Amino acid sequence: MAEKDKPGFFSEMFAPVGGFGVTFATMFKKVKTEEYPEVKRPTQPRFHGRHQLNRHPDGLEKCVGCELCAWACPADAIFVEGADNDDTPGGTGRFSPGERFGRIYQINYLRCIFCGLCIEACPTRALTMTNFYELADDSRADLIFTKEQLLAPLQAGMDAPPHAMADGMQERDYYLGKVEGGSR
Amino acid sequence: MSESTVFSEAEVDETDERVDVYAASGEEESGRVFNAVGGDWDDIVGEVGSRPEERIVVNMGPQHPSTHGVLRLILELEGETITEARAGIGYLHTGIEKNMEFRTWVQGVTFCTRMDYVMPLFTETAYCLAVEKLLGITDQIPERASAIRVLMMELNRITSHLVCMGTGGMEMGATTVMTVGFRERERILSVFEMISGLRMNHAYIRPGGVAQDLPAGAIQAIREMIPLLRQGFHELELLMLENPILKGRMVGVGHLDLTGCMALGVTGPMLRSAGYPLDLRKDQPYCGYEKYDFEVLTRTGADAYDRLWLRVKEMFESLKIVEQVIDELQNNPGPVMVEDKKIAWPAQLAVGPDGMGNSLAHIKEIMGTSMESLIHHFKLVTEGFRVPAGQAYVAVESPKGELGCHAVSDGGTRPHRVHFREPSFNNLQAVAAMCEGAQVADVIVAVASIDPVMGGVDR
Ligand code: SF4
Ligand code: SF4
Repeated sequence: MAEKDKPGFFSEMFAPVGGFGVTFATMFKKVKTEEYPEVKRPTQPRFHGRHQLNRHPDGLEKCVGCELCAWACPADAIFVEGADNDDTPGGTGRFSPGERFGRIYQINYLRCIFCGLCIEACPTRALTMTNFYELADDSRADLIFTKEQLLAPLQAGMDAPPHAMADGMQERDYYLGKVEGGSR
Repeated sequence: MSESTVFSEAEVDETDERVDVYAASGEEESGRVFNAVGGDWDDIVGEVGSRPEERIVVNMGPQHPSTHGVLRLILELEGETITEARAGIGYLHTGIEKNMEFRTWVQGVTFCTRMDYVMPLFTETAYCLAVEKLLGITDQIPERASAIRVLMMELNRITSHLVCMGTGGMEMGATTVMTVGFRERERILSVFEMISGLRMNHAYIRPGGVAQDLPAGAIQAIREMIPLLRQGFHELELLMLENPILKGRMVGVGHLDLTGCMALGVTGPMLRSAGYPLDLRKDQPYCGYEKYDFEVLTRTGADAYDRLWLRVKEMFESLKIVEQVIDELQNNPGPVMVEDKKIAWPAQLAVGPDGMGNSLAHIKEIMGTSMESLIHHFKLVTEGFRVPAGQAYVAVESPKGELGCHAVSDGGTRPHRVHFREPSFNNLQAVAAMCEGAQVADVIVAVASIDPVMGGVDR
């Protein structure tokens, strides 16, 4: 306590019942309680919530199946299996710019500790963490999120993969931010 | 006390020779067993008292609400007086130290932060300082990173003290102390959430610096919070420090004098309440603590009340440091991670409409222009960095006392062994010395004044 609030005679006399003053004053204060399920408190922007797999502006997936997120994960919560993009006519098609894409992608929310190392490891900003936090569920299977659940929804100008890269664009151009939505 | 009673009245046939119903056949019987299933405690005590050779051993915990989580206290009673007290631990053993041997040095942070979950930032700092010492890069840590560490630690010290006082107060029946304490703690937790993205178990401090710089507006938010916190701490002071009932419960309870503290290796507020001004922030400064002006307070009563008093006042001291740090941070825009690209964790996080992830500028660099950066990125994430063989011990002053980290490297990318000297563990040894001869009700107060967190004790 600073020197200036050294107790005077009266405050010293009333100190033993000072607590009642606090209680009394609290009656006139705003209630701090959060009415959680009814009123949801927004999180801070950096909050580590549910993951999301992002897309390039033309709809191709950003994930290149490099497995860095799975390597970084201290809780072994991520399972990735990459596969080759196949541009040949009649092939399985192209899902991401570049050579490979994440064919199978799972995050096990029973293991995940929301440390965020995976998003720090992802070299393409394919993986980000949103502010969504209501992840409780009552079965194991439902808490292993698959690629379909994690993929970000298509925005305006995006086409669902598989499709070819934007006209005249190389893989690198995607990372340099040259590709725009609706460029096909 | 009824909920923790284990032994009491049982339908033991007077003529039956076997009085220890729990002993297997052929096993030696260790005394008559009384089972408590409701009823009046006085009757049970009376029953036992009629057989003077009997003693009552009560297991308080591991699921007793007043023993701070899963601490098991084995109390031998004579009436209401404790003749012997022992602490049983291990109910929250998580194997974190062992697990860290199977993870890279950077991943280790996410584990050790979960040891003592009430003071995660201290465990992280102790670990990171030890790793940095092994790497020999202690001098290269940017000043801004150190200042952010100090800022986070001091705020964390306040939350830890608030939890200690709040739960301790609640265990004595003072729920208001708990609500006020947790209300104030909430303010700090939202600042933590703002800075690190998590309210607890941040994994924010990393070998070489911190995970990411403060977000815009963080310093402003802290500045606005400080007067509110002061006000809240003052309320706690008013509620507790001169309250005759609280004083009646705490003064002279849980006494452990300086000799006892020294013999048991007790540190932190407990040691300072016995009059020894040991504070590693002053005695062996780390993270630039020598720059900040604060006082190390002591008392001489060596009892639960003095520890409470110290914790309240230490929160004000921590606020003083926080104020100095935010002034410093405002004038120092520097980096928050070491220069050395072979060690520095390669992430550059940014928040966007799609959430938080690596910034697009960083993606541009590693994927678009610099092959070398990409190689570093891959190598650091998959393999991690190598740490020269050797061992290092670094201690920091945690809210509970000296928190040390002893890291041993065999030259690889993972620790050979990481051991933590957890103050909760060392201080908990004092239970016997503090409780024997006291009343059962005093045990609660004495244990609360140690402030043990079982996550830290068992690791
Ligand atoms: S947040 Fe952490 S635990 Fe969860 S998936 Fe990512 S790296 Fe693994
Ligand atoms: S999410 Fe990122 S780190 Fe994980 S496999 Fe895809 S591109 Fe690699």
